[in-house]
Amino acid sequence: MPLKTELVTVNMGPHHPSTHGVFRMRVTLDGEVVREMEPMFGYLHRGIEKLAEGRTYTQNIPFTDRLDYVSSMAGNFSYCLSVEKLMGIEVPERAEYLRVIMCELQRMVNHLIAVGFFLNDLGAMMTPLLLMWREREKIVDLFEMACGQRLLYNYIRIGGVSQDVPSEFVPALEKFLDDFPGYFQEFEDLLKGNEILQARTIGTGVISARQAINASMSGPCLRASGVDWDLRRDDSYSIYDRLNFDVIVGKNGDNYDRYRVRMAEIMQSHRIVRQALAKMTDLSPVSSVRARIPKVLRPPKGEVYAAIEAPKGEMGFYLVSDGSAKPYRWHVRAPDFINLGVLRDMVVGSKIADLIVTFGSIDICLASVDR
Amino acid sequence: MKLKALIGTEVAGKITEKIPDAVVESSEATVVIAPGKTVEVMRFLKEPPDFDFNYLNGVTAVDNNDHFEIVYHLTSITMRHTLCVKARVSDRENPGIASITALWRGAELQEREIFDLMGIRFIGHPNLKRIVLWDGFEGYPLRKDFGKPKA
Repeated sequence: MPLKTELVTVNMGPHHPSTHGVFRMRVTLDGEVVREMEPMFGYLHRGIEKLAEGRTYTQNIPFTDRLDYVSSMAGNFSYCLSVEKLMGIEVPERAEYLRVIMCELQRMVNHLIAVGFFLNDLGAMMTPLLLMWREREKIVDLFEMACGQRLLYNYIRIGGVSQDVPSEFVPALEKFLDDFPGYFQEFEDLLKGNEILQARTIGTGVISARQAINASMSGPCLRASGVDWDLRRDDSYSIYDRLNFDVIVGKNGDNYDRYRVRMAEIMQSHRIVRQALAKMTDLSPVSSVRARIPKVLRPPKGEVYAAIEAPKGEMGFYLVSDGSAKPYRWHVRAPDFINLGVLRDMVVGSKIADLIVTFGSIDICLASVDR
Repeated sequence: MKLKALIGTEVAGKITEKIPDAVVESSEATVVIAPGKTVEVMRFLKEPPDFDFNYLNGVTAVDNNDHFEIVYHLTSITMRHTLCVKARVSDRENPGIASITALWRGAELQEREIFDLMGIRFIGHPNLKRIVLWDGFEGYPLRKDFGKPKA
């Protein structure tokens, strides 16, 4: 007698917020094959865009920490850059280097967490996550040294950074940079020949270059599909044009490529931090780290869109100013939110177990999706 | 390398050549198009070889009290240039504009977000429903008059 299955609709999630947030997928299953999937979110919606209309430009910086709290520095950077573009503020050179160092360290943190949890999602791969978490803690210690915070840094400010790093920061960072490649090799050796990892990720969750561009994907997800696009190089902001790094591009756009792209980007960020640190120490140490700007900013009437290559992709701010001290419109172009748009195409037709892995490979932070 | 921002007035000229009456206004930075011609203009901008804007950075909307502005940011990954396009919708009671989801998949969730928070209908959208707020939520929070008593 032939086996017959009936379609069944299952709600997956909302589950624990710490992994990938309060997120629900409505999945229609045929046996264990996914036939239809709809992402549902909104549980975290805080209305940040509305709140921001009632506060001054400076008061809004802490909101940008809370968007994607796994990469707060990138949120700060992107927002401050857009206000500076709107007002034409010059940033001191030393501050630019500090910003780039912080943002690249933040990218390492983000990718370590992303890859760690991605491997965890495969099931029974707790060790890499713990090892990566250990490295992440060392970077967070550095951040704490610079600004006293471990998660919501609020370090990058309009016109520069909040304060210069303390004297013990540079030796501590140098030690971290020296040690890190050895530890990184440890992850690589641990995972290199892992057959489970390869069997579960190669050829699953495939998205073509054409689809990825059309769906406005960005960041490692876009590059894994073979699109050679990185705003740090292609729409160079800050001082990225003075630094050498490679843009990592994948081939197949599957889960394995997204994982590999992130792993390779960690080492590229390491390379950038080392160069930036060397160039920064050449500058005179007494130079200022913050431009002289008024306490209450009143940008001229106008609008601006400025974006950076945040760890998760293109993070941009669209600001409209009516000349007053508060923004008239404050919109975030969140990479996580837009990358989710194509999840359905990646999982329909695959097994339910692969759906979890594919979802993990996009690397989203729900606080940034709902805003 | 910096992306080149195309001059709005020059692009407007090229659009008018192809689609008369499509441009309402243009400035150095932006092109404002007639809402009725959105899909036509956007298709022209998207397709090679003229502009080849294959990447849609984002869609958002601004409430300007007397009209809504839908703002599109476009980038061409192949030709390395950017453009900001706007469309104005003045009907406050029942605002609507054509959806561009068929051209750029990336607009799908963002148009739903605008619909949810600003109350603008995207005609032709495949799945236009609330995205972050619950069904039955009253009003559109990102509108300027939200929460204010009616005069």
